[in-house]
Amino acid sequence: MKVGVVTFPGSNCDYDSYTAVKHILKEEVEFLWHKSTDLVGSDLVILPGGFAYGDYLRAGAIARFSPIMEEVVKFAYSGGMVIGICNGFQVLTECGLLPGALMRNHHLRFSCKFVYLRVEDNTGRFTNACRKHEVLKIPIAHGEGNYFYHDDEVRELEENGQVVFRYVDRTGEVTDEANPNGSLNNIAGIVNREGNVLGMMPHPERAVESIIGSVDGLKVFESVRAACVQVAGAGGK
Amino acid sequence: MPAKYQQPPVTPEMVEAHGLTKEEHERIKTILGREMTYTELGIYSVMWSEHCSYKNSIALLKTLPREGKNLLAKAGEENAGAVDIGDGLAVVFKIESHNHPSAVEPYQGAATGVGGILRDIFTMGARPIASLNSLRFGSPDNPHVRYLVDGVVRGIGDYGNSFGVPTVAGEVYFDEAYTGNPLINAMAVGIVKTDGIVSAVAKGVGNQLMIVGSKTGRDGIHGATFASVELSEESEQKRSSVQIGDPFTEKLLLEATLEIIEKNLIVGIQDMGAAGIICSSSEMSAKGEAGAELDIDKVPVREPGMIPYEILLSESQERMLVCVKKGKEAAVREVFDKWGLDSTIIGKVTDDGLLTVRLDGEIVAQAPSETMVLGGDAPVYHRETKRPAYMDELADLNLEDIPLDRDWNEDLCGLLAAPNICHKGWVFEQYDSMVRTNTAVGPGSDAAVLRLRKTNKALAMVTDCNGRYCYLNPRLGAQSAVAEAARNIVCSGGQPLAVTNCLNFGNPYKPEIYYGFAEAVAGMGEACRVFETPVTGGNVSFYNEDPQRAVFPTPTIGMVGLIPDVAHITTQWFKDEGDVIFLLGENKEHLGASEYLHTFFGLTKGEAPPLDMQFEKKLQDGLLAAITRGWIRSAHDCSDGGLAVALAECCISDREQQVGAVITLSDSMRTDALLFGETQSRVVISCAADDADAVADFFGILNCPCARIGTVGGGNLKINDVVDLSLQKLDHAFFDSMPAFMEKVG
Repeated sequence: MKVGVVTFPGSNCDYDSYTAVKHILKEEVEFLWHKSTDLVGSDLVILPGGFAYGDYLRAGAIARFSPIMEEVVKFAYSGGMVIGICNGFQVLTECGLLPGALMRNHHLRFSCKFVYLRVEDNTGRFTNACRKHEVLKIPIAHGEGNYFYHDDEVRELEENGQVVFRYVDRTGEVTDEANPNGSLNNIAGIVNREGNVLGMMPHPERAVESIIGSVDGLKVFESVRAACVQVAGAGGK
Repeated sequence: MPAKYQQPPVTPEMVEAHGLTKEEHERIKTILGREMTYTELGIYSVMWSEHCSYKNSIALLKTLPREGKNLLAKAGEENAGAVDIGDGLAVVFKIESHNHPSAVEPYQGAATGVGGILRDIFTMGARPIASLNSLRFGSPDNPHVRYLVDGVVRGIGDYGNSFGVPTVAGEVYFDEAYTGNPLINAMAVGIVKTDGIVSAVAKGVGNQLMIVGSKTGRDGIHGATFASVELSEESEQKRSSVQIGDPFTEKLLLEATLEIIEKNLIVGIQDMGAAGIICSSSEMSAKGEAGAELDIDKVPVREPGMIPYEILLSESQERMLVCVKKGKEAAVREVFDKWGLDSTIIGKVTDDGLLTVRLDGEIVAQAPSETMVLGGDAPVYHRETKRPAYMDELADLNLEDIPLDRDWNEDLCGLLAAPNICHKGWVFEQYDSMVRTNTAVGPGSDAAVLRLRKTNKALAMVTDCNGRYCYLNPRLGAQSAVAEAARNIVCSGGQPLAVTNCLNFGNPYKPEIYYGFAEAVAGMGEACRVFETPVTGGNVSFYNEDPQRAVFPTPTIGMVGLIPDVAHITTQWFKDEGDVIFLLGENKEHLGASEYLHTFFGLTKGEAPPLDMQFEKKLQDGLLAAITRGWIRSAHDCSDGGLAVALAECCISDREQQVGAVITLSDSMRTDALLFGETQSRVVISCAADDADAVADFFGILNCPCARIGTVGGGNLKINDVVDLSLQKLDHAFFDSMPAFMEKVG
């Protein structure tokens, strides 16, 4: 598996994704500079957390116009795998690769802490290493993670199995207290209809070693690796 | 074509309005051999302000221990201290105040405080790995105080979160003494290769000086002078003295700065904080024993019509002055272009020792660099001291006046919910404490711990100061601050390395205030010698007063320790049912200066708890040795709220695995003093039952008191027959308090 991690000037989790892939997963990884238009043959592109261009405007609103994003959008439409984490998720909704929007947290404050996620669908490319309804401990760190979409469309997302992660309590129950930002239906992560683009507010790259609090985030990356092998096995890339 | 700039003539009234004394004015005239120009008046007024010159503190600061093994940059030598930690790495760290800006504009004041201290770290070539902050406010019952807390926390959060450095530890302390003048002390820690430390120097005749980063605007002019007077009703009008922060640009500046250093393109670099261009250029050239010429018209500005005075004194953020190696100018420019930042040659190094400022080719200011800077000819004063009368009055506490017919369960819950003790998640969850994925122990244990990649080591870091102790006894209070910081480091498994300090006091021209300062510095020096933690630098902040009162003397200690093996990282909370609990140190019947008296009786009274530093050192050395042997499963020091609060925190502070304990204390003394007295040099530890005898023997041989006081387990915390509380009740008191009082309306 080869991974490209996009670096916008204000990305600050690019290095974390890079080291997780390189040193924990021990897979090939390269940074992709925002002014570049070369995805260097990546199987997976990660849009990392941070504040892409400062985000003094709406988070991700400027990033969608960057040269690298033009390529990422093409890559996604041709079936390439893309994960947007935190700010990356915001960029994905801004550029239309994922539906909905991420509003300011309902309490209007930045929030950084470990939360619990329930895996709602374990058949897709980003969750195949998880058990159905497995509870993962992964941290969040954002001020604008309050997922919103119109009722009808959300229903459709749910019915299509596009909601892959939901905020829950430790026991796996969906509760208001477990919802850290006011997201509709406790939504923490979604995929596009084709299942090759994932956006999630929690940071799986921050949960890859027990010394930093959890290894549950590894499962997302391991799922992608398995999906890559499957694709390669099927003769495609 | 605009008219040629004419400097207004300098009058004695102008000199006075700039805060220079008559004697200082005469001294400057002697240096120059003439009257100052208007631009020079601006220069000397900021460079000789308290904030830049340390004129009323430096004589005493020089008495602090500044030598120690492994020090690579000592106090005053560079922007921050640097300590060798092996593996070819050094840790660089410093703490600084941003009190007055935060008092009038909490969001930007706090944000730029964080920005300034981060620049001090990366200007040395170090990548910031952690940010800490020590915050002091008035009572949260006061809505204006809550407004300040809210703004300061947002400011710190937004800046650090966007910049991408984890904010991992700190203090939030409330007392009426800080109502009119909050204290906002920001600390940053960075890592650099020992052969990659860069100096803040300009030398090599003809080398070009470049200004890089943001454009220069009119914000923050006279920020340094503003920091050097007391706050008053008029301070609100000084809002324009507060700088505006841009963390996105700072992030770009960080990456670009580290890149030009890595590529070996520069001679030296200095960030622009207080007093902007004039401070960085005079300090860099004085350090290089050189001079500098600046063409002020070349500085990129945000608006037309700025006069030299404004350009030189502007404290616009996110700027650096770089002394470039000959022939590397284009390479430096290329790096800054890549990151979308300005880089402009504004002058060059000379050998005449003069700082010469030109506007359109004409000299508007010219003076020897050396005469402007600390350590050069800036004034040094020895101030008068007088022991304040209140100290003897308040020392007199008669315990018989304190009733004992109390509900101890209620009191313990009350203390756990008290603003100074309750869980501060409301604050630190607004900070990204995990970015860069090195945070092994985040906010909420005795010290934060960051692992160091590519090594087996970790760093522990903490800030500490009990202002109430310092108010009642500044010498003892400062000693206790150092002792407690070291204890917190040791409880986390670290060997204390060195100290940075932020000395927050009132007006130094008042003898009672200066007494507190002199005593605190003396106490800090004594303690730093005992704990073998040299002072690597820091910051003095005087004039922390409003018309009502001065703040408590508050010598905040920032300390960093080294954990040689990540396996020995230790946290404060109990781990498993059946583990045995010991108390290291001794309970003494002391209730003075306690949070208990303050919370329930409104008293700031009595003697601060005594401290036997030699005993404390022995205890800490013993504890660290026991941790290194792998016996210790948790360690938590007893501080505010005493033993009962420490035990409750051991039970509940990790919300994922709360566990009760049954405690038996055999000391015969007043129950309030036993539960809530703040006797120093005590640590609650736990170990596996199988190791209990070994632990007891180990401390017995060291002749260090180590009483077996109980066992971990159950759903309640029980202490003798006086406390019996469920984990649920303790949890509610401790965790639900701050959101309730911060989100109160009206």
